[in-house]
Amino acid sequence: MFNAKIWKLGDDIDTDIILPTEYLAFETVNEMKPYAFSPLRPDLASKIQPGDMIVAGHNFGCGSSREQAPEVVKALGVSCIVAKSYARIFFRNAINNGLLLIEQPDLYDEVQEGDMAQVEPGKEIIVNGKSYEIANLPDNLMEILEAGGLVKAMRKRNGLD
Amino acid sequence: MGHTLIEKIIGNKVGHEVKPGDIVTVDVDWCMIDDIMAPFAIQKFEEMGFDKVYDPNKIVFIYDHFLPATQVDDSRHFRIADEFADKHGLKNVHRTDGICHQLMTEAGYVKPGDIAFGTDSHTVTYGCVGAFSTGIGYTEMAGILGTGQLWVKVPETIKVEIDGTLSGNVTSKDIILKIIGDLTASGATYQAIEFTGSTVDAMSVASRMTMANMSVEAGAKCGLFAPDEKTCDYCKIPYDDKVKALFGDNDAEYSKILRYRAEDFVPVCACPSLVDNIKPVSELKGTKVNQVFLGSCTNGRLEDLRTAATILKGKHVAPFVKMIVTPASRKVYRQALADGTLGILSDAGAIITTPGCGLCCGRGGGILSDDEVVVSTNNRNFLGRMGTSKVKIYLASPATAAATAIAGEIVEA
Repeated sequence: MFNAKIWKLGDDIDTDIILPTEYLAFETVNEMKPYAFSPLRPDLASKIQPGDMIVAGHNFGCGSSREQAPEVVKALGVSCIVAKSYARIFFRNAINNGLLLIEQPDLYDEVQEGDMAQVEPGKEIIVNGKSYEIANLPDNLMEILEAGGLVKAMRKRNGLD
Repeated sequence: MGHTLIEKIIGNKVGHEVKPGDIVTVDVDWCMIDDIMAPFAIQKFEEMGFDKVYDPNKIVFIYDHFLPATQVDDSRHFRIADEFADKHGLKNVHRTDGICHQLMTEAGYVKPGDIAFGTDSHTVTYGCVGAFSTGIGYTEMAGILGTGQLWVKVPETIKVEIDGTLSGNVTSKDIILKIIGDLTASGATYQAIEFTGSTVDAMSVASRMTMANMSVEAGAKCGLFAPDEKTCDYCKIPYDDKVKALFGDNDAEYSKILRYRAEDFVPVCACPSLVDNIKPVSELKGTKVNQVFLGSCTNGRLEDLRTAATILKGKHVAPFVKMIVTPASRKVYRQALADGTLGILSDAGAIITTPGCGLCCGRGGGILSDDEVVVSTNNRNFLGRMGTSKVKIYLASPATAAATAIAGEIVEA
């Protein structure tokens, strides 16, 4: 269980918004961090603190397959994203990078930016005294998430960790 | 109960019947890795502790997004990929041949019934030949490079039936834009789309590629066309019983069926800055443009360039408009050169660039600035895609793009 401050974004937050193409070729994700969400909210990356969460509407992460998108969100220290739905490539990429994604249909419409949330993965999110039910991910995805991402899961498979 | 096309393709691969929702592990026929993602996939492959690739003949490296390089760090990507290709004996490396999604079928890799994954979302394009192909991230690609396998969830399927004859200035681009508008940008998320009907049967493989390519803009996992004789000619394979079995059964279960009459389609644009913000071109008349882009894996093929040339022949691009033409591949470039298409476009004032992704990925070949307007034949009009976040991008067919270039404002062909 953890507590997190909410940053609120809209529907169809695409991967070009999460990280524009011109920053994709930086060698490290740390160099990309200041530019996260810059086309939409240039100052957001500097405001997000480790442990904060993002709440969004439908189709979060639509667009390109760039894995830098979930990586940069993870690198900002975002604890989880709660959205009405996700684009499928972003969904897989996030899990493979150990970034927790939660689908929840109602929360987005009822919370404000700056609200505090109490998150218990697989069970519920509580905001302003109201509980929002959340489901667990399928087993094969939980295994990857629990290993800390696909790289660590593969290292284990290859007998390295 | 019958099967949808995606159920057949995945079922054939795993050797047993599958239904939507099943999670299965598939052997991968083709891995496509582009120049942006190659260094990242290679780094993850090494971090995972693999020392050799599962099959060097099934891995294709294609340099296209950064070609020719426009920023000082870009060529590093080519060097890292080249070193990896050398070390692991990869023979399928395309360094200057064109856009990855054009080459994966054009150069003879992906065939009907194959399963392919690529590090780019428009990997869905190979659905044009009845293959299951979709985009993944570089970490998953690294896993495939080592294991040759990936888990997939069998998707539900939306069937789109289109029957009848299109009017002269309507292309498959207008059809797919209209469908995305109807489905919305997330309406097909996690699902396959199967395109059928007499209009689809009459289309060239190139026109089908445009639609398969953009199926991801409705969130789809793949956009599929049952292979026919045209497909087999294009893929240079026999039209045999194995290929003929690849179609969606009439009694298969679809999550949704959309039916269209070809005669009802009109030229449309996706307006800034969402792919599902679709309006008829007639309603946008008078919108002044600064630039027109004809190219990309969506509409940079020979038939697209020819369509534009037919409209631009003997005419000239408006004086204040830059028209940029970027052929999808070297082969397209050479064919358009040989048949006079490029000459006509050049005489009309167009700038012809080297084959590749060009302006579509916002790296080179025509970046715009605040409040400028571009009509483009590519697949995405997201904020900041082609310059600053205040550039207005309208997605359109090659015919609309060419007519617009002449008029200097958005018009129907």
